[in-house]
Amino acid sequence: MSITIENISILGYFKGVGADRLSSLLPLFGQRSFSKGQTIISEGESEQSLYFVGAGVVKIFKTSAEGKEQIIKITRPGESFNDIAVFSNGPSPYSAQALGTTTVVYLIHKNDLMPFMEKDWKAAQNALHVLADQSRLLLNLIEDLSFKNVMARVAKILLENSLHGAEGFQKLTQYEMAAMAGTAREVVGRSLKSLEDTGAVRLERHQIVIVNKDLLNQLAGLN
Amino acid sequence: MSTLPVLDPTKCDGCGLCVTVCRCGALVMTGATVTLVQVDDCGWCCDCELVCETGALQCPFEIITIED
Ligand code: SF4
Ligand code: SF4
Repeated sequence: MSITIENISILGYFKGVGADRLSSLLPLFGQRSFSKGQTIISEGESEQSLYFVGAGVVKIFKTSAEGKEQIIKITRPGESFNDIAVFSNGPSPYSAQALGTTTVVYLIHKNDLMPFMEKDWKAAQNALHVLADQSRLLLNLIEDLSFKNVMARVAKILLENSLHGAEGFQKLTQYEMAAMAGTAREVVGRSLKSLEDTGAVRLERHQIVIVNKDLLNQLAGLN
Repeated sequence: MSTLPVLDPTKCDGCGLCVTVCRCGALVMTGATVTLVQVDDCGWCCDCELVCETGALQCPFEIITIED
């Protein structure tokens, strides 16, 4: 299936842009498919195309020197990625990986996009909105990662909600833990992994087992 | 029989994203919504919960202490 005007008219960048204008842009778009787990962009790569998710889901993330992953954003159909590299003339600041079995992306090279935006104020205005929304999301993530000790909060939540097997089980999803800790779901997943690295808890399929309560108490700042 | 994520069909808008990320086949589109089918190898990766924007899918963790 090739990309159509309908496909691009719903993208954040092109909302409200006339169909006649979009039809001039359509031939400049490429389309690629990825299978689950395939890398679309690697952090540091000099990739100068703007990407849009056509179908499936794309995970945007950074990886630390120790191999720890921090999800930045889950990108769904209609949303863009690699905007920063395209508009800053720099390398990609993050990696993008297909999460869905058949993930379809549309892409347009910056050398094709820029002349269009220079002539189309609506598209340029849309781009500002998209980038401002992304900046807000990144600032929230910075706040979560640097100003709040999320691992300690998650440790406290686990202690407050744990029961011994015989008493039945308290159940919590990562979204619920995120809401309780006042943070993003993406940050909770990482905190749980960090807690597991300390040896205080063990993650077992659908269970979080507290194996060293004293250590967890310490990590929660409770003693 | 293994535990599966919890689905609230009233919240499901049928976007199908969970089906595309699931590697165990527990999630199937049936008409306009998703249904769960019993499988043995759901690894509780929570990807379905992660991509579901409506909160229709939940992967709850039991929190247990094994110390006295
Ligand atoms: S991702 Fe959520 S809303 Fe979309 S089909 Fe799956 S359960 Fe329904
Ligand atoms: S937790 Fe993972 S394997 Fe299990 S149903 Fe959800 S996506 Fe599929």
